[in-house]
Amino acid sequence: MEIVFLLEQVVNGLVLGGYYLLLALGLSLIFSVGGIVNLAHGAFYALGAYLSLEVIKHAGFTGSIFITPVLVGLLGILFERYLLRRFYTADPILSLLVTFGLAMVAEQALRMAWGSAPLASTMPPEFKGQLIMGDMMFSRYRLFILGVVTVVMAGIWLLLHKTSFGRVVRAGVQKPDMVAVLGIRLQPYMTAIVMLGVATAALGGVLFGPITIVHPAMGTEIMTVAFVVVVIGGLGSFWGVVLAALLVGVVRGVTIHFQPAAGEASMYVLMFLVLMFRPRGLLGERIERFE
Amino acid sequence: MEAKQNKLETQALSSQRRTLLQAGALVAGSAALGFPGLAGAQSGPIKIGHLTPMTGFLGALGEYAAQGIKMAAEEINAAGGVLGRQLDVMSEDSVNPQTAATKAQRMVERDKVTVLMGEINSGSALTISQVAARNKILFMSIGARSDALRGKDCNRYTFHVDIPVTVMVNAAGEALVREGLVKGKKIFALTADYLFGHDLSRQAKRFFAANGGTVIGDELVATDVTDFSPYLLKIRQARPDLVATNLAGNQVTNFVKQYAEFGLPYKVAGFNLNTADAWAAGEGNLGGIWPTVWHHELKTPGSQAFVANFTKKYGRIPENHAWIEYVSLKMMAQAMTATKSTDTEKLIAYFESEAQFDILKARKAYFRSWDHQLMQEAYPFTVKPKGQAKNKQDFLLFGEAVPAANQPLDSLAPPKAESACKM
Repeated sequence: MEIVFLLEQVVNGLVLGGYYLLLALGLSLIFSVGGIVNLAHGAFYALGAYLSLEVIKHAGFTGSIFITPVLVGLLGILFERYLLRRFYTADPILSLLVTFGLAMVAEQALRMAWGSAPLASTMPPEFKGQLIMGDMMFSRYRLFILGVVTVVMAGIWLLLHKTSFGRVVRAGVQKPDMVAVLGIRLQPYMTAIVMLGVATAALGGVLFGPITIVHPAMGTEIMTVAFVVVVIGGLGSFWGVVLAALLVGVVRGVTIHFQPAAGEASMYVLMFLVLMFRPRGLLGERIERFE
Repeated sequence: MEAKQNKLETQALSSQRRTLLQAGALVAGSAALGFPGLAGAQSGPIKIGHLTPMTGFLGALGEYAAQGIKMAAEEINAAGGVLGRQLDVMSEDSVNPQTAATKAQRMVERDKVTVLMGEINSGSALTISQVAARNKILFMSIGARSDALRGKDCNRYTFHVDIPVTVMVNAAGEALVREGLVKGKKIFALTADYLFGHDLSRQAKRFFAANGGTVIGDELVATDVTDFSPYLLKIRQARPDLVATNLAGNQVTNFVKQYAEFGLPYKVAGFNLNTADAWAAGEGNLGGIWPTVWHHELKTPGSQAFVANFTKKYGRIPENHAWIEYVSLKMMAQAMTATKSTDTEKLIAYFESEAQFDILKARKAYFRSWDHQLMQEAYPFTVKPKGQAKNKQDFLLFGEAVPAANQPLDSLAPPKAESACKM
């Protein structure tokens, strides 16, 4: 029975990890390429959840999975063009403050636009229910989420590792000066990365709205976990973030089974242990600019 | 000699000027705050320090609370105020128990509030009530439900408006017993891991034990948990007859949504649910039997008028925390008017006289003198059959008042023999 449970919990942990991944990956990319700790990242996640409620009315749930991240991604272009761009070369504390401020403004804006009461978002009935496999039980919707996250992650990996776009971005992370010497402007790449990052965060909001609560502070709440994941995984590493997200998801799930009260603490303990023995994170690369 | 004299004069002048500047700043400051200087304290507005969580897992309820008390203050002020003075309610986000205590202390010291009111979080209510007792100022604890607050942690400066945990457990529990869901059944419980949840769990276990149910598991859930899948898997392993939730705020909503998502077949009931949490769960996700202190479908003329006015003013149906804050300020105004005073001791004496208050329910309510809690009707509710809801907030089926009309109002509250309250 315990084995069955562990398997179930590992799958659920993967789902939860996938969810963290949607946020953490964008956070990590924006930091690696632009040197900006985007504290407003959670706001785009919340916006995704809220916008999705409106988009569902016109395009249905499946339509919203495609349309909402695109809308938020477009907003991301403006965010990069008019805000982030000013801070690439400035003291990191400034970008920290400005994105923190934006996060607060965004939370209040959501409150003004949609009210502070949590909104009811319900998934389409065909997604509801359980899938029984032998002794194990899974939520059909969560397996669906896992599928979507896998596809999105595979897409981003291909983009970063198999295209010239990805090569420039990765070179930009490692040696921005060299990229400049070669006559490549990193600016448009940065715009694309921010757009991609906030769009995946918004997708997280779309997918998780139906099983959690859509409320204005949801972005702030998720940010802590997203940061923990990025720190454990190591900055600048695609697989590091993937590994850390899944690890945090599984560790939390299993801890809650055996020691419910320690469930929330478990990921911080994990972070503590990782940093003790490997300060740059599990698969983190050395980034000269920040060391 | 002359030089020294000059210096002294300059010093005197500069110290005079400093005093003048300070006085000026004081006057300017008081003007900015909207009261005419210090001498006017007795004729100026009556200041009420209002604390409620506006962020965090109870934040959505806190917004209703702030709107409810604001509406009451505006109505009272429009009718001429209390003792010819306006009510000035300052609402602040209490955030957490530590911040709540700090803000309460500041409201007493700096803002010189006449009374403290508010709160939903039982932990914050506890720390505010300690500040109130220390400063000998009245605290009307409005939306907190923990028994501990009215039991071992009670004090003579604190009065409790919401129904206590015992009443909520009894209200939903009796309905569960009637449905045959307790006797000889296996019950799995989930409990919010803070003062209120623990209280709820203790009472629920007592109730089940007294009615022949067996609690086979009780899991603590941290207040910031949003993913319930590990708990749902445990429930499935335990295969209970009934899942009883002692959760709070957002937790309830997340739980019922994910319970519906996983499609578990066991019956669910809960001992705590606010209507806003139920609305957020959405139709089709919520099931089972729950208790409530008030609901917008309560058919008394007072309640219906309140619902109509609130909906007109804020563009949404009031939640139970809007109602309770509204009636609480009205009770406070009644006490001040009746005693012709804002003096703490006189107000305490008035509340302890078991004076009757119209709280827009069928029966009037009163504060029990020995433990300061409001004796009032409560209600169980279930969920309407699918397809009967007229709108998104209409799927709750509102039950008959408890205690029943022929029973005394205090019959569900803990009796003196069981209470640890010593004032």
